Amino acid sequence: MKTSAAIVGSGNIGTDLMFKLLRSEVIDLRYMIGIDPASEGLALARQHGVEAIAEGVDFLFQDDHRTEIVFEATSAYAHVRNAPRYREAGIHAVDLTPAARGPYVIPVVNLTEHLDEMNVNMVTCGGQATIPMVYAVSRTVPVAYAEIVATVASRSAGPGTRANIDEFTRTTASAVEVLGGAKRGKAIIILNPAEPPLIMRDTIFCQIPEDADHDAIEASVDDVVSKVQEYVPGYRLRQRPQFDSATPSRPARVAIFIEVEGAGDYLPPYSGNLDIMTAAATRVGEGIARHIMEVNA
Amino acid sequence: MPYSDQLDIRITDSSLRDGSHAKGHQFDELMVRSVVSGLDSAGVPVVEVTHGDGLGGSSFNYGFSLENERTLIAAAVDEAKQAKIAALMLPGLGTKDDVTAVADLGVSVIRIATHCTEADIAIQHFGLARELSLETVGFLMMAHSQVPEVLAAQARIMVDAGCQCVYVVDSAGAMILDQVTDRVAAVLGEVGDDAQVGFHGHENLALGVANSIYAIRAGATQIDACTRRFGAGAGNTPTEALAAVCDKLGVRTGIDVLRMFDVAEEIVRPVMDGECALDRLSLIMGYAGVYSSFLKHAYRAAERYGVSGADILLECGERHLVGGQEDEIIDIAVGLANAAR
Repeated sequence: MKTSAAIVGSGNIGTDLMFKLLRSEVIDLRYMIGIDPASEGLALARQHGVEAIAEGVDFLFQDDHRTEIVFEATSAYAHVRNAPRYREAGIHAVDLTPAARGPYVIPVVNLTEHLDEMNVNMVTCGGQATIPMVYAVSRTVPVAYAEIVATVASRSAGPGTRANIDEFTRTTASAVEVLGGAKRGKAIIILNPAEPPLIMRDTIFCQIPEDADHDAIEASVDDVVSKVQEYVPGYRLRQRPQFDSATPSRPARVAIFIEVEGAGDYLPPYSGNLDIMTAAATRVGEGIARHIMEVNA
Repeated sequence: MPYSDQLDIRITDSSLRDGSHAKGHQFDELMVRSVVSGLDSAGVPVVEVTHGDGLGGSSFNYGFSLENERTLIAAAVDEAKQAKIAALMLPGLGTKDDVTAVADLGVSVIRIATHCTEADIAIQHFGLARELSLETVGFLMMAHSQVPEVLAAQARIMVDAGCQCVYVVDSAGAMILDQVTDRVAAVLGEVGDDAQVGFHGHENLALGVANSIYAIRAGATQIDACTRRFGAGAGNTPTEALAAVCDKLGVRTGIDVLRMFDVAEEIVRPVMDGECALDRLSLIMGYAGVYSSFLKHAYRAAERYGVSGADILLECGERHLVGGQEDEIIDIAVGLANAAR
């Protein structure tokens, strides 16, 4: 028995997500919903036996088309409009836009915490990649301040991210605090146009106490890295964590360097930023699906 | 076309922004007041005050500010009698909130910088700045890395978004004479009817003043400089020398040249920790096309990991790093140290 689902948004993210959901043992992907009949995402859906709908999200609310879960891969603007309708129809929404109508979820941090929520938000690509590391440090020692630097290939930053880059920095910084466990968070995003495109790279700086147990932090980081690898195999440390004592102009810190190589389902492997988003959303959707089945059993 | 009836070009002094790199972001209010007051008295028309990496730059990645930049900006606004105060912001680091906050503090020129292929991430910020009645400048950083046509197209995106002057920014101090001419001319050809064009130079190949003159002859009407070269890398085009050369060439800048010499010697030099030197690492930055503010970070990483600063910077060039990727310097240094073991 599988739980029914639809993807709304047939762009890059929606299409990559489709390939991941098609492999799921607990999710039955029924519909790929877009607004452009000529879109590549809808064509690929048809090829793979998913019903392709070109007349937009209204379809879900008509006749008996309702699914248990919807994955929103449109824009923050569209999700703000759609979210109340999903809720009214009793559809669980997994929101891949930065709209943040529901609580943030990062699988390795709080997957099971919000399974009853009707709307959960996947933060941002940079958040999915970096917040697990903040969490790894903050569960070991108090983190007064954490800062993440996400560098992505220009080609994998879509028009949505570009038109609203402030949303990325704000939402990510807020989730560094809420989920990462840092008292104060900051997020920086950099686009690099180098060719061939570089794989997503992230640096995570955490302020730590001067007498922090470095071995314990390293062990916690390694543990969380291996847990993220369960859903993103290309997630890895570029270097061992680097510890620095306080100087007159900065507190003691640990710096963690990661890279995220995508699975290459639809998007190229350098787009690890997009892959970690769709992989995490798949994980969350599967968690909700199992929960729905348990409740109904 | 001249900048205005009174000025052929308008010089913006960035000692209190680009100089923040050389100072390790350790400006205090007294320093800012004294430099602003000095530059103001010499007739410098615009003075930029911000963390070296722009609004919100105080961080692990770029270095923490000694004093909150908004305190410093407010002090600068308070001190300036004729000069306008400018602030820099980089989308992806700073946000619209920062723009609004400094507008409230009395900043009159906002300068919004992106890597020179990524202008579209600044569209919303230009829009907001114009709504707030700020004068807008756009920075196309690392302009040496792209051909003139690409810069022109990116300049168009900025101008359509509300940018009133697009700067060709030689962040790496890597551009050479005619390369400046070609880029300024291409940008001017694209946006000249709707906006001005500016040039921001560094001294890494000792061409700051010469490149600026080439830019002016190609039609640029706004030029950046830093007094006593107080800036990143080998420093910026020296304001006092540029003012003197312009004077000799009959290019009106509004700056009192002799007073400017005094300000450089007596007011700005004492604020600096040392002269900005055209040394081996600065030369490598110009030669390999590396973002000038990486210099101090490369020195520190080289010392911390016992590796060569030159090797670090050459690898920065290899990796085609853009402005803001200071974190990569640590990664490179750790990699070099591991390889040496």
